[in-house]
Amino acid sequence: MSHTVLKNVRIIDPSRNLDETGTIVIGDDGRILAASSQAQNQGTPDGATVRDCRGLVAVPGLVDARVYVGEPGAEHRETIESASRAAAAGGVTSFIMMPDTNPVLDDIALVEFVQKTARDKAIVNVHTAAALTKGLAGHEMTEIGLLQGAGAVAFTNGRHGLSDSLLLRRAMTYARELDAVISLELREKYLGNGVMNEGLFASWLGLSGVPKEAELIPLERDLRIAGLTRAKYHAAKISVPESAEAMRVARNRGANVTCGISINHLSLNENDIGEYRTFFKLSPPLRTEDDRMGMVEALADGTIDIIVSSHDPQDVDTKRLPFADAADGAVGMETMLAAALRLHHSGQVPLMRLIDAMSTRPAQIFGLDAGTLKPGSRADITLVDLDEPWLVAEGMLRSRSKNTPFEDARFSGRAVATYVGGKCVHTL
Amino acid sequence: MVFFPHRHLLGIKGLTEPDITFLLDKADEAVKISRQREKKTSTLRGLTQINLFFEASTRTQASFELAGKRLGADVMNMSVGNSSVSKGETLIDTAMTLNAMRPDVLVLRHSSAGAAALLAQKVACSVVNAGDGQHEHPTQALLDALTIRRAKGKLSRIIVAICGDVLHSRVARSNILLLNAMGARVRVVAPATLLPSGIAQMGVEVFHSMEEGLKDADVVMMLRLQRERMSGSFVPSVREYFHFYGLDAEKLKAAKEDALVMHPGPMNRGVEIASEVADGPQSVIESQVEMGVAVRMAVMETLLTSHDHGERA
Repeated sequence: MSHTVLKNVRIIDPSRNLDETGTIVIGDDGRILAASSQAQNQGTPDGATVRDCRGLVAVPGLVDARVYVGEPGAEHRETIESASRAAAAGGVTSFIMMPDTNPVLDDIALVEFVQKTARDKAIVNVHTAAALTKGLAGHEMTEIGLLQGAGAVAFTNGRHGLSDSLLLRRAMTYARELDAVISLELREKYLGNGVMNEGLFASWLGLSGVPKEAELIPLERDLRIAGLTRAKYHAAKISVPESAEAMRVARNRGANVTCGISINHLSLNENDIGEYRTFFKLSPPLRTEDDRMGMVEALADGTIDIIVSSHDPQDVDTKRLPFADAADGAVGMETMLAAALRLHHSGQVPLMRLIDAMSTRPAQIFGLDAGTLKPGSRADITLVDLDEPWLVAEGMLRSRSKNTPFEDARFSGRAVATYVGGKCVHTL
Repeated sequence: MVFFPHRHLLGIKGLTEPDITFLLDKADEAVKISRQREKKTSTLRGLTQINLFFEASTRTQASFELAGKRLGADVMNMSVGNSSVSKGETLIDTAMTLNAMRPDVLVLRHSSAGAAALLAQKVACSVVNAGDGQHEHPTQALLDALTIRRAKGKLSRIIVAICGDVLHSRVARSNILLLNAMGARVRVVAPATLLPSGIAQMGVEVFHSMEEGLKDADVVMMLRLQRERMSGSFVPSVREYFHFYGLDAEKLKAAKEDALVMHPGPMNRGVEIASEVADGPQSVIESQVEMGVAVRMAVMETLLTSHDHGERA
């Protein structure tokens, strides 16, 4: 591989708090040699591929920390390969795959299978979050140390909550010694036994509601246990401002805790469900517009650390059903960046913070070699046109499943090229 | 050509006051037909009506069947019941199969909210919602309105107290929508555990005492309390529920002297209503059943004659 030079590009690198126009030089080993305004003055290496990037922004490749894939077990919804193509098209250069597969990723052989399949077929970096409990059943902890050795970067109970507080305490105590991150979704199984946000809208639709407390109660518990055990805890997807407040309070107590939000909860609200549109059936459920606005603020001020796509491919067999019977989840890797850029265009969240939340910060939290354009780091780079208008159409999605809540959405801005290890894996 | 700008009847939501008045006027005509010796007309001759019931309901299904037959339609009943197959999957698959048989109207009863709307997207004929989960039951609200209008002469400014399990009741939701559209004053009376979130913003006054809620009411509409909700999960016991919320002669005294007593049936005597009241002089429960057939005739005739139901591709 020869050198690649990206010229006249606006470089936004949250890992260095750098926002300047300059040049990025990628070496023949797929690593970044230089990325700054000074690099403009250096000569172009012989035989280098030069790309004039006037008008474009280069950011560290996006890191999506919560992605569900159908392989193994539901390859008709998504394979590791098809997920990686969706990722590349959305400017995502690394993602963390959830263990909710069939079989569940709770054993080192399965984690190794995923890593091998990813090495052979995926065009972006695929990391694995292993199951925290065997079979995600919530009863016995998995081999956290061995799974970590096999490459698992986080431990989660996937889509399932974890009811057993004693088990959670022991798992966190054990994980602390290994410096492993425990990342959980928040849905108390009794209070959370509804299908959309609780309130007037759900009442008119005759659908059972999920109150905020179904999220707050397990979150408060988890934050207390994280404080008690001093473990690294990550709340995977929070959806209401009260949860952001709980995070602030826990941090002030000194707990080592972080949290994320799905792009859907920053972009949509419960009214989008309209007349029972199942592509908007998510977990946690879409909340009110006031909640959404509160979450945008919490993202801007850094209380919410990261944005995830929560990419969750579902087919007609799980979505073309009455609302209450349909599966939760929406695909999102291909639209996350564009949807996030709406918050930049509206002036609600600075661009630097958005890129931080989708790249640098998740890489830090999960200890990935990503999220930076520092010389010496792997050349995972996303080139973004901040303003290009485009319209989402089902047919253009690379994901095998088409359950996007953004169908026919108008966006400004998207990834025009994606580099992984210096290699261009997507270009418009 | 009649003026009714809807192809389906999926709910009361979306109907205007003139739409509702139109259907009620038409139902008045249908009452006359049903009271004749010769009850059969040829209005819908040659058209096919399929009753697709995923939840057992003898009375509603019989009412729709009779309505169709009196209009001269060919009526077929499909009771899918509670099969072991995933209910939703069955709904779409069954709908596609039935659609291929080219019916003119599908009457659907299903346990999931939104099922009728989903069906309407997938089939080429008119769809009548005969109850979808806890969402709506529009023909019930129309028959209740017809019963009230015939007894009281109007719907506007009358006080209707809807009592009991509002939370799980599609009948309550459709009635709240309809009565508000017609300018009635709606109250709900129930323990807080049986009221939906945001009820105060649904266009009703909320009461937790029968005596206060029934005061000066023109109509007392009782709702059925499902058996599985009686013991401990939503209310402590049948005994306690009846004590506070069961309609007996004593509690009924709070309402106007000529207040109507209504119930969508089937009744749980001694749970939400005492027999002395259910069978008493103020009860119009039997009349509701009669009006049910008339309203369903009106609905089907309107849907099937106000739109082009000729050759389809």
